[in-house]
Order: sequence, then structure tokens, then C-alpha cells
Amino acid sequence: MVEFLIGLGLPGWVAWSIAAVVAAVLLLNVIAGGALVFIWAERKIAARIQDRLGPTRTGGRFGWLQSLADGIKLLAKEDLMPEGADGLLFRLAPYVSFCASFCAFIALPFAFDVVGQRLNVGVFFVVAVLGLEVFGVILAGYASASKWSLFGAMREAAQVVSYEVPLGMCVVVPVMLAGSMDLVTIGEKQAGWMSSWYLFHDPFTFIIFWVYVTCAVASVNRAPFDLAEAESELVAGFHTEYSGLRWSFFFMAEYGSMFLVSGLAAVLFLGGWNGPVPVAQLLGFSDGTGESAAYVVRFVGLANLMGKATLGVLFMMWIRWTLPRLRIDQVMTTCLKYCTPIAAVMFAGAMFWQLFLPGGLFPGWGRPAGEIREGWLEGPGGLPAAASPVEDRSSTLTGGEPVERAGLATRSPR
Amino acid sequence: MTGMLDMDFIDFMDISTLTHVVPPLATTLAALPALPIAGINWHSVLFLLFAGLACGFAVGVVAADNVVRMALYLVFSLGATAGLFFLAGAEFIGAMQLMIYVGGTLVLLVFGVMLTAQAPLVSIKPSSSDRTLTAVAGASLLSLLLTAAFSVDAWRGPGVGVVPAPSATPLGMALVGVRVDEPPAGTPVGGRVGYMLPFEIVSVHLLVVLVGAAYLARAKRRRTPRPIDALASAMPVEPVTPVATVAPVATVAPTGRSAGGAKSALVGGGR
Repeated sequence: MVEFLIGLGLPGWVAWSIAAVVAAVLLLNVIAGGALVFIWAERKIAARIQDRLGPTRTGGRFGWLQSLADGIKLLAKEDLMPEGADGLLFRLAPYVSFCASFCAFIALPFAFDVVGQRLNVGVFFVVAVLGLEVFGVILAGYASASKWSLFGAMREAAQVVSYEVPLGMCVVVPVMLAGSMDLVTIGEKQAGWMSSWYLFHDPFTFIIFWVYVTCAVASVNRAPFDLAEAESELVAGFHTEYSGLRWSFFFMAEYGSMFLVSGLAAVLFLGGWNGPVPVAQLLGFSDGTGESAAYVVRFVGLANLMGKATLGVLFMMWIRWTLPRLRIDQVMTTCLKYCTPIAAVMFAGAMFWQLFLPGGLFPGWGRPAGEIREGWLEGPGGLPAAASPVEDRSSTLTGGEPVERAGLATRSPR
Repeated sequence: MTGMLDMDFIDFMDISTLTHVVPPLATTLAALPALPIAGINWHSVLFLLFAGLACGFAVGVVAADNVVRMALYLVFSLGATAGLFFLAGAEFIGAMQLMIYVGGTLVLLVFGVMLTAQAPLVSIKPSSSDRTLTAVAGASLLSLLLTAAFSVDAWRGPGVGVVPAPSATPLGMALVGVRVDEPPAGTPVGGRVGYMLPFEIVSVHLLVVLVGAAYLARAKRRRTPRPIDALASAMPVEPVTPVATVAPVATVAPTGRSAGGAKSALVGGGR
């Protein structure tokens, strides 16, 4: 896009700024529009699970304008601040929460190379930034000058800090299999049929995916891990004192994070933007066949990833309205006694599987031969593995630096 | 530092005036390269912005008197430093900065909240002698760092630009024992002297620290038994106890039995 704008005759900095603004606005719309749709979906799903109808009137048939009406109501609400509150922190907290959620979207790819900023360490960045969301919660709980808020914030802090450990372990497994922390590369490695998704790579990854789901639900603070809000105990937890637009920022941050962890799960385990059946490849399209074909492929990939992430969010809603809330000791037990050891064992298992059965149980199934190993020796693109595995091994390691200098030309690093 | 901030201010004034003046699009596009703003090195501007933010919030940490606010300013300062790393293209280090330092400050913040939620500790004001002492120490450290930094010749000229395609791979390879940078002269085959040993030493050290912390923080088992336990253990294990002869046992045993009975009744009722 930047090249296109520069080609139009714009100076570089204008082109960069326009490209940045376009990307930011698109991502913002993913969060805001997603929140609108998901709030409506949540109300409908909750209602159906509880044998009700949910919203039916606003906007016609299914009450699909309900969240818009809610939004207008929130805008019109009075903005209150408790008397003993720390004003600066109280005002700042929702934005901190929302910004953290939003920043993580920068590195999340929506299709091949459709990503705000393709980072070399995308996975790491997303996990690191996602952990910052809890700052807003703690600040809100502290600044509200309310015991309920403080309790909620402390619970949230304990929970998020503990669940980062197993979450990190789960995330490492696809990174290990792909040999890259670049989310675009990880997604592209799972191209092909459904069997090449990392979910079905080996039994260990299948199990660790469910550990990831548990930890992801806990880290975005959704039921059954919603101790920080816990309506029946803490009124509304950390956002007890918030109302109106500020409250809705917390809400948007929550739904944004839900979508983010679902999208991350889709990229890491569920093949990213590659559909279950490689329709585009079967029809002869690929990123290389031409400009318009590449756009079509990317658009289909975008739809794929959005669909998978939406399914993930719906799954979270399903378990939210199905399972009862855990106590804090049960939350800690789940994390420390189950999730962490299971994740560690599965990590070791996946490592040995990759070591001894690099082609899978049935070699030749699903995975193209060139994709089996030496992912880390590929160039930043990660694409040409299937095309030229031999040349690829001698490709550049450090990006532009000759391999001879690295002393790796003939040696397998394993 | 004020100089940096002023500079930022001027630059952003320029942007705002640019957006206020909105002639037709074509003329704007044609005029853009001619504007003085086009000649600005935006990399430096962003650098100064992030550096200014980091310094400003660092001053805020010192100036604030509330622990939670201090922690918040520290988070912003460290976050701006991470922004500097991202700007330099060192994405891995930037993400590390976010993960370790900003995440570590999170724990600090939690403790700050837990310890100072009560009224007397909300505001912390150090005495003037403390202030003077820390000011002297800080100023001397700063002057030392500045002299050291300005004495490096390579850092005084203009930068060499962004390193092409920086990657976290060399770092990871170096950790597992493959040197991808220039190996020092006289190293064995292929420069296979990495940072494996230091890495392992550091991890073992951390493990020891963790074990020690767990040992110190573990729940202490009660050494002296409660009187009722002592009594129960001292009680002779006889199926039939003559009630009239041993008075203390007689007082204890029925209560214990009734409690057990009540408990089993509760459990049975629950099921």
C-alpha cells in the first residue's frame, strides 16, 4: 500500500501516514464492530441457552439493532466518579485497557500478509501486549475507592499473572513446529488440507490446544473465570463504579481480547487463513498467479480467519452460559496443578514427536515433503519451502548476511 | 530534556497547521513536497517523541508521591522505551521489554495497591534530607553515564540507519550455541562458541532462587500440637474406658464422638 501511494506521487511520509491511518481505522472497526455484533450474539445465545428469546424488538426480527440502541443509551448516560476516587487514574484506566487490547491487534494477521505490522516476533508481541490489559483493570479497581472494585482487581491480577505461564507454554508449541515466531509464517506453514493444521499435527498438540483454550478464557477474564466481575459477590467487580462511555470501553476491550485470543488460536492451531479444504490451491490460484487472483485468495483467507475467530468467540459464550463460576482456589488449582503440568508434558511430547516422527504417523499425508523440517533456516517469507527445499536450506539466516559467514552452510543445526 | 520536548511541540504544531489549512486536494498534493515539513526526518522525530515520553514519565516517577501513580508512570516510561526498541527495528527486545519490565511492574503495582490501599500510606513524602541525598546520587550517576555515552566516538555521528531485516533467529541460535556474529579469533571449529553455558548457569541460578523462595514461603506446619490433639494422642487406646475413673477422658470423648456423628450425619444427608 505504501508503495502504491508513493507511486501516486505522494512523498514518503504522507504515504506512510495514510497507510498507518487506514490500518488503524480498519483494526479499530474490527474491535468496535465486532463488539456490537458479539454483544448482540451473546444476548441471543444466553437467552437461548436459558430457554428465553432475548432481544426481539429493536431493529426488527431478531433484535439485531439492540447493541446499537445500547450504545446510544451508554452515550447518554451520566458519567459518574466516586468522591474518594483518584481522578487521573480513574479516567485513565479504561483507555489503558482498551489500548492494550487494540495494540495486540497490530501484529495479528488476518490473511497472508494482511497484517497491521508484520513482526518478526508476532506471537511474543501479542502475548506480551495482551498481558498489559490487566493494568487497566488494576488501576480501575484501585482508583474507584471501592472495596468491591479492589477485590475484583486483585483477583484479576492473581489470575492473569498465573495464567500467563501455561498460556506461554501453549503458545510455544506451534512456534516450535513452525520454527518461527512470525504469525504470518506460522499460518502459512499450515497451508493445505485440514490435516496440516497444527491442531491435528500430533496428539500432543491436540491436547495442548484445549489447554490453550482454557488459559485463553482465563486470561480474557470470561466465565467460568470471571472472578474479577462476579456479579453475585462483588456487584460488578472492578468496574462497579464505572458508567456510560467509560464502562463501554472496558466492555469493548473485553470483546476485543476475546476476538484476539480466538484469532490467535486460529492462527496458531487452526490453520490461520487456510480453509479446511484448499479450494484456492485446487483451482490453481495462489499468491503467485497474478495480482487479482492474489487478492481473491487473500479475501477468502480473511473470511476464513474471521469465521474461525468468530467461532472461537461463540465457543467462549457457550461455555460462559454453561459452566458455573469457579472459586479462586479452584482457579489457582486449575492453573497450577493442571494447566501448567499438562502444558509442560505436552510441550515435551510435541518436541519428541517432531524429533522422531517428523513426517507424522503416515508420511506423505497432508504435509508436503518440503515443509517437514528446518523451518528456522528459511528466509523471512517462509513460503518457498515446498518449492525448493534444497536451496532453502542454504538460504540466508540473518537476512542479507551470507550464510558462509554464519558458518551454517553445510551443517544441520540439530 | 526541555529542548527535546520543545522540538516535538514545534513539529506537531506544524502538522496541526497543515491539517487546518485544507485547500483542494490536488493543490495540496502538489504543494506537499515544497512544504518545510517534508524535509523532516520522521525517524528522529519519533525517536525524540518516545525518548521525551520516557524521560518525562521517569521524572514523573520521582516526583509522584503515590505508589500506584509511580508504578503507572514507570509503566509508561518503560513502554516508551519499548517503543524506542521497536523504532530501532529490534522487535524482539521491544517485546521483551514489554513482557519483562512492564509485566514486572505489574506485580509491583499489585503490591503497591495491596500495601497502600489504607489511608496513611496513600501519600508518601520523603524528608528533605532524603531528597537531597538522592538528588546528589542521581545527578552524579547521570553525569557519569552522559560522559561515558559522549565519549564513544561511534555514537556521536549520524546513525547508520536500520539494520536490514533484523530477526530474533540469531539471538535464539546464539543461545543454543551457534554464533552467527563474527566469531573471535582462535575459536574452535566454525566458531561454535555460543552462550549456552552462561544461559544454563543463569537458569540454574534462577531455579535455585525459586526453590529458596518456595522454601521460605511454604506454609509452616504447626510444631506444638493443640491441647485437644495432645489429649487425644495421650489418651489410652482402649475400646472400653471406665467413665468414672478417668475424668478428663470422659469430658473429651463424648464430644468427639458426637461431633463425628454429626459430621457423618451431615455427609449422609448431603448425599
